[in-house]
Amino acid sequence: MHPSTSVIFFTVASGAGYGLLAALALLAVIGLIVPGGGLPLLGLLLALGLITAGLLSSTLHLGHPERAWRAFSQWRSSWLSREGVASVATYLPAVLLAALFVRADVPRGLVVAVAVLAFAGAVATVVCTAMIYRSLKPIGAWHNRHTVPGYLIIGAATGFAVAYALFAGTGSSAAWVAGIGAIVALSAGFLQKRAYWRFLDTEDGPASPESATGLGGIGRVRLLDPPHTGPNFVMREMGYAVARRHAEALRRIVLVAGFVVPAWAIALGLGLAGGLAVGLGTVAAVSALLGAVVERWLFFAEARHTAMLYYGATRS
Amino acid sequence: MERLDPSPPVSDEVKCTTCYMCACRCGIRVHIQDGQVRYIEGNRDHPVNRGVLCAKGSAGIMQHLSPARLRKPLRRVGPRGSGEFEEIEWEEALGLAHSWLAEIRGRDPTRLAFFTGRDQSQALTGWWAQAYGTPNFAAHGGFCSVNMAAAGLYTFGGSFWEFGEADFERTKLFLMFGVAEDHDSNPIKIGLARLKERGATFVSVNPVRTGYSSIADEWVPVRPGTDGALVLALIHELLRARRIDLDFLAAYTNAPWLLIEDPGGAEHGLFARDGEGKPLVADAAGALHPWDAAGVTPSLTAAVTLPDGRRAKPAFVLMAETYLDEKYSAEAASAVTGIAASRIRALAARIAEVAFEQTITVETPWTDWRGVRHKRFVGRPVSFHAMRGISAHANGFQTCRALHVLQMLLGAVDCPGAWRYKSPYPRPTPPPIRPGGKLGETGPNAPLPRPPLGFPMGPDDLLVDAKGRALRIDKAYSWDAPVAAHGLMHLVIRNAWAGDPYKVDLLFMYMANMAWNSAMNSAGTVRMLTDTNEDGSYRIPRIIYADAYASETVAYADLVLPDTTYLERYDAISLLDRPIGNAEGPGDAIRHPVVKPDRDVRPFQDVLLDLGARLGLPGMVREDGSPRFPGGYADYITNHERGPGIGPLAGWRGADGSKHGKGEPNPEQLARYIENGGFWKMHLPDDALFMKFANKAYLDHAVAMGFMGSAAPIVLQLYVEPLQRFRLAAMGHGAKQPPDHLRARIIACLDPLPVWYPPFEGAALPEAAFPLHAVTQRPAAMYHSWGSQNAWLRQIHGENRLYINRGTATALGIADDDWVHVTSHHGRITVQVKLMEGVEPSTVWTWNAIGKRAGAWALDPRAPEAMRGFLLNHLISEHLPEADGGGGHLNSDPVTGQAAWYDLRVRVEKATLAPEATEPHLPPLKRPPGVTTPTGPLRFGAAFGRSPENRKPRP
Amino acid sequence: MTSLPSAPPARKLGLVIDLDTCVGCHACAVNCKEWNTGGHSAPLTDTDAYGMNPSGVWFNRIHSFEAGDGPAGRTVNFPRSCLHCDEADCVTVCPTGASYKRTEDGIVLVNPDTCIGCKLCSWACPYGAREYDEDEGVMKKCTLCVDRIENQNLPEEDRVPACVSTCPAHARHFGDLADPASAVSKLVAERGGFDLMPELGYRPVNKYLPPRPRAVLPAAPAAEAQEPGLPGFLGWVDRILSR
Ligand SMILES: Nc1nc2c(c(=O)[nH]1)N[C@H]1C(S)=C(S)[C@@H](COP(=O)(O)OP(=O)(O)OC[C@H]3O[C@@H](n4cnc5c(=O)[nH]c(N)nc54)[C@H](O)[C@@H]3O)O[C@H]1N2
Ligand SMILES: Nc1nc2c(c(=O)[nH]1)N[C@H]1C(S)=C(S)[C@@H](COP(=O)(O)OP(=O)(O)OC[C@H]3O[C@@H](n4cnc5c(=O)[nH]c(N)nc54)[C@H](O)[C@@H]3O)O[C@H]1N2
Ligand code: SF4
Ligand code: SF4
Ligand code: SF4
Ligand code: SF4
Ligand code: SF4
Ligand SMILES: [Mo]
Repeated sequence: MHPSTSVIFFTVASGAGYGLLAALALLAVIGLIVPGGGLPLLGLLLALGLITAGLLSSTLHLGHPERAWRAFSQWRSSWLSREGVASVATYLPAVLLAALFVRADVPRGLVVAVAVLAFAGAVATVVCTAMIYRSLKPIGAWHNRHTVPGYLIIGAATGFAVAYALFAGTGSSAAWVAGIGAIVALSAGFLQKRAYWRFLDTEDGPASPESATGLGGIGRVRLLDPPHTGPNFVMREMGYAVARRHAEALRRIVLVAGFVVPAWAIALGLGLAGGLAVGLGTVAAVSALLGAVVERWLFFAEARHTAMLYYGATRS
Repeated sequence: MERLDPSPPVSDEVKCTTCYMCACRCGIRVHIQDGQVRYIEGNRDHPVNRGVLCAKGSAGIMQHLSPARLRKPLRRVGPRGSGEFEEIEWEEALGLAHSWLAEIRGRDPTRLAFFTGRDQSQALTGWWAQAYGTPNFAAHGGFCSVNMAAAGLYTFGGSFWEFGEADFERTKLFLMFGVAEDHDSNPIKIGLARLKERGATFVSVNPVRTGYSSIADEWVPVRPGTDGALVLALIHELLRARRIDLDFLAAYTNAPWLLIEDPGGAEHGLFARDGEGKPLVADAAGALHPWDAAGVTPSLTAAVTLPDGRRAKPAFVLMAETYLDEKYSAEAASAVTGIAASRIRALAARIAEVAFEQTITVETPWTDWRGVRHKRFVGRPVSFHAMRGISAHANGFQTCRALHVLQMLLGAVDCPGAWRYKSPYPRPTPPPIRPGGKLGETGPNAPLPRPPLGFPMGPDDLLVDAKGRALRIDKAYSWDAPVAAHGLMHLVIRNAWAGDPYKVDLLFMYMANMAWNSAMNSAGTVRMLTDTNEDGSYRIPRIIYADAYASETVAYADLVLPDTTYLERYDAISLLDRPIGNAEGPGDAIRHPVVKPDRDVRPFQDVLLDLGARLGLPGMVREDGSPRFPGGYADYITNHERGPGIGPLAGWRGADGSKHGKGEPNPEQLARYIENGGFWKMHLPDDALFMKFANKAYLDHAVAMGFMGSAAPIVLQLYVEPLQRFRLAAMGHGAKQPPDHLRARIIACLDPLPVWYPPFEGAALPEAAFPLHAVTQRPAAMYHSWGSQNAWLRQIHGENRLYINRGTATALGIADDDWVHVTSHHGRITVQVKLMEGVEPSTVWTWNAIGKRAGAWALDPRAPEAMRGFLLNHLISEHLPEADGGGGHLNSDPVTGQAAWYDLRVRVEKATLAPEATEPHLPPLKRPPGVTTPTGPLRFGAAFGRSPENRKPRP
Repeated sequence: MTSLPSAPPARKLGLVIDLDTCVGCHACAVNCKEWNTGGHSAPLTDTDAYGMNPSGVWFNRIHSFEAGDGPAGRTVNFPRSCLHCDEADCVTVCPTGASYKRTEDGIVLVNPDTCIGCKLCSWACPYGAREYDEDEGVMKKCTLCVDRIENQNLPEEDRVPACVSTCPAHARHFGDLADPASAVSKLVAERGGFDLMPELGYRPVNKYLPPRPRAVLPAAPAAEAQEPGLPGFLGWVDRILSR
């Protein structure tokens, strides 16, 4: 599948945004962050910023952004619609939570209630995003049990890493919890991605040139001539192929930049405070986000679509 | 939920005319909305396409709206090929053309060479050339399929090419040789579908398994140029198995006619004749009779002594002697063709089984020309069709003849289930027209006594001077190509450039892209068109070209006459040319303007008649010198008479439109055609539908309609005597003899019984150096070069690859998508390959005419057609390799002069570097004035959509 | 209306494509383009039409494949358009309801007035049948010629999809595949019509008819035992002719 910049940016940014929102909501529920503090508010605004930037980018890549409002209507069947509804619905608790954090004198019960809702919204939205891909049968690389955990874990890993970076300077319990949460998510991500790639490398695609044409009974099926000599929309959209060699290298980058480096940086930073901790936290967050971008690029670039079986692909 | 109108209005009006996206002549219904063409569909009532429409026809809108359309007459202002033109007014253009033409005609009309393409107005252009007085006229047939036309017309007065069709409704076994698409594009597809529906068997003999061959029940991957050997082996097997139709041969062919056996004599191999010149036959007792004598049963075997003491034997015996020889065995053919001997035998057995054990009948009584009444038509349901895979070889005439002999042996000619004549064929074998322009028949301001093209019966009809040199610029009807019934268009530019046999002053071309895809040696042709004498003048002094689009050739003209598109003019698809008749009856058709041109262009036929009138050509002016057809081509179509009562159109003749075939001109004729959907079709009487060559009802009908002068039967020519006359000359008899270097070839190749000989190019080259055959195929969705300007079709075929057998490629270290050098004895091209299974291992092929010269056709100069498309033509030479010993030999069939495109031999080597573009890459052409490459999206149809207000593009 | 019809449509209009007779001529593809560019989904925009990268919206595209090797191998021409699936995920994934399946006849359509151009439906279609119009920013696809098949402005016999009426090889058939008595259903039953990629569970309405098995040439019978050589042959000729 063609790795489109806007979709990569959208899924990474909104994933990290919801992850951060979830992390902050969690800290708020446990009571490690309380209204009135500058950093939590900054964190919430950052989360909202990431989410909004992601959503905007996804809207702008539409053929008709001005009709985007129509996308909320089909939540009964469409995960894209559900994602839209969930993301908008999540704004309510998220913005409210941010508003609550402006002043110090907010009842804790209210904060907890709103944070729980924000957490749930964040998780639900990321699940919806993942389900958009998970539900696409023609794309074997997505239509499997790895997709939803993958999105959730990377969202959490990047969100918690950012949260850690935010609080690292304080050396507070919030930093500890965010940091440990991040390390857990990053480790899970490391394992999950490896499992996913193993799956990808061994699984047969959902269909073959023989089943796509129904000509398997005659023998092996090969494309002789495509319908047109130049590429078309389907080939441009679904026909992206990444060389095996490149994919291997990129996978290593994902593992190192996306998981190993941030986890080590956070592990080093835990127990420290001040500038060095902030530095390590920032390294962790930036590295995790970069890793996520590469991971997402691969998620698209490595995915094959059955439609390409009609254009010479030998497997799907 | 969407509100959807299931019944939107389709168009304001529908006009019926004839397609011209190719030469198939399908009927179309053009939907016009707001004065614009909205949709074109097939005309259900039309006899050719019966409602269907091919890809090209369906893309007619884009051809009509092509940005490459020329807009105004052009006069060259820069050097030839620079593309520098100025737009001029028609009056100036016509004045210029007239002054050139008039000067030449007053001096020596043969110094005009007038050559046209696939224009469907050859009845007009040929007549014009005759009136002008130049023999140097022909259309595209010489490089197209004259082998098929000539072989058929000399054999049975019809042909695979255009003048016949398989009886798809009844045939049980259909064998197709070397056909990718053909002129009968839609009818063949409709026919194949009917075969499939009926469960009949379809065999395709073709080195490539695509298109029609892909749906064949049997694909026979023959090595190019060897079909003759295959067919003669089938004949051998049938003779050996005694599976031939003797009654048919005795009754309807010249098999019983007696051949003089007088080796070394001047009449050896000619028919023994009586005092009136009638060929003789012998009866079983050995008594001689004129072949058509009443009550005689001719013997097929009786050898006799003629009254003058010479021996004679039936042509049949010579045929049997010849083909029973082991030289023609399946084993021998297998070594040549690459087809297993067992498969050849099985094919022969299958053919015989269907012909003789699965006969069918049509229960209509009929009477033959002798007056014998037959209770029914008996059909041998084996049918054949062949086209350029056979004809585009230097042995194509004889291969086609071999197929016709096979048909005769089976008795499968024009009977139910077999190949059938398209009315108005059959014609006499050959038609009684001899080429005009012999010595003394041309002169200042004088018309030719006969049309320039015809059918020679022997050396006397050749157009050669006292020394045997060609009188025509293309050497048609010379010893190089004695039966060149369509001329040799592929040699005109080369010969005019070389002054061989002489120079011309004006080259006048119409609708043929001679500077590109219809030329052999395209790059060389371009050089010849621009080559200059020492004084700087052009070697071809003047060139006028009439095209509708900015083709490659436009750039090389001095004067460009812009034509209309096919939806903007009148045309006649005439019985005098290549009509739309079929086996069920004759038909013809017109085109008429369904939309008005938005440019300053004129139909070429109007222009030609205008020039004819200005020149005062006979038939084109009245007594007072005023134009005879002031109303242009429409006027001519209606009022011109070729003979009394015979005009371009056969329908609704007579003052009141009540006559068909023959009758006085009818001023309302065109209106009647338009009312009837643009065509006229007549159904033959049931008893005239088959065996037309010998069927009294048919022959009488043909005379009444004006198709034939007399109701004499058409005797199928197993043995083609005129060829023997050329051979006798080559053996040293008669006043007109060929030059020495051609004698042996004429004796070997102009055999009156079909022979197979290896194609010349391959024979002249070391096999190891050029091990592969290279051929082209027509893509169904593209017409030669002119489809590339079509926004829709060019998406389907925007570039081409060289297809090569996977095994062959692997052995050469070539992988899919590799770039390769393809080298012939003449040149080299560098192109990209595509590997495939379904191609004979020694054959490589590509689609014809996809490659374009950069800058032509209003395309971006970096268009894929120019960057990744290519032509094989750069590899093909007009002449044979020197190794042959006769360097001057034409790369053409020695009988007809047909261009031997498919004799091309090459080697293929992997290119180490992928070039930026296919090579050779000629410098880009400049676009003529008024022609630009549009940019931005093409939103054709937006204005017609269901709710146009909602279709506005995004801001 | 993104959900699929709750009850199966009473009629399932669709195409049956005969791979045994399709010669790969592209007539159906071009005629489809020609009709539809002025129809329900007008226009079928082309980009860079005369340039370096010509591309456009087509509802029907003709591929050709080689299947099998050696003498058993075949070339099969393969037209491909929307199959109007029963389980059309292209419909259910659509967030706007622009993509819908008609309850009355099962035709899958896109409403170009409400489509937001998210392209998700094209990802959900395993067959590559959805065609994005970059210029208009909306998804388009085969309409089964919904503006033809019941168009009262057309003569009865023309009320079939453009691709069907134009196919010179009669390789395309149109009808109601829900009705077992329809001509198309019978064809499918007789000829073993099949689904493309059945394993994906989209249950396409359009069916493909497989290439027929090849007729095999009979083993060649030996030439009749007759006197060999020319004299024997001519003797036979005389015997036959003097019957
Ligand atoms: N390698 C190779 N070469 C071949 C062949 C092959 O098989 N292989 N085939 C050969 C054969 S059989 C043929 S017939 C030739 C065909 O070759 P051409 O006759 O050259 O065919 P086109 O390329 O169609 O070019 C015809 C010209 O007619 C112009 N034209 C189109 N419509 C109109 C019109 O309405 N009015 C006017 N005035 N002009 C118009 C076009 O713009 C174009 O310039 O190619 C030959 N060349
Ligand atoms: N769509 C479309 N239709 C056309 C045209 C077009 O350009 N496009 N052009 C028109 C014109 S001008 C013409 S002349 C006709 C020509 O119509 P066709 O005769 O169909 O012409 P080609 O495409 O040259 O096809 C030649 C076929 O013969 C095969 N072949 C080559 N060499 C041999 C051989 O030695 N033996 C055998 N058995 N087969 C061989 C090739 O593989 C190819 O399939 O088509 C006309 N119709
Ligand atoms: S075959 Fe196609 S292009 Fe040729 S006349 Fe018929 S419809 Fe037109
Ligand atoms: S029109 Fe018919 S034969 Fe031609 S490609 Fe389409 S389905 Fe096949
Ligand atoms: S073929 Fe594709 S676009 Fe058509 S209904 Fe099925 S899934 Fe949808
Ligand atoms: S592109 Fe249009 S039709 Fe397709 S899913 Fe998106 S909104 Fe629906
Ligand atoms: S049914 Fe209509 S829209 Fe669909 S492929 Fe055929 S012609 Fe095109
Ligand atoms: Mo031709």
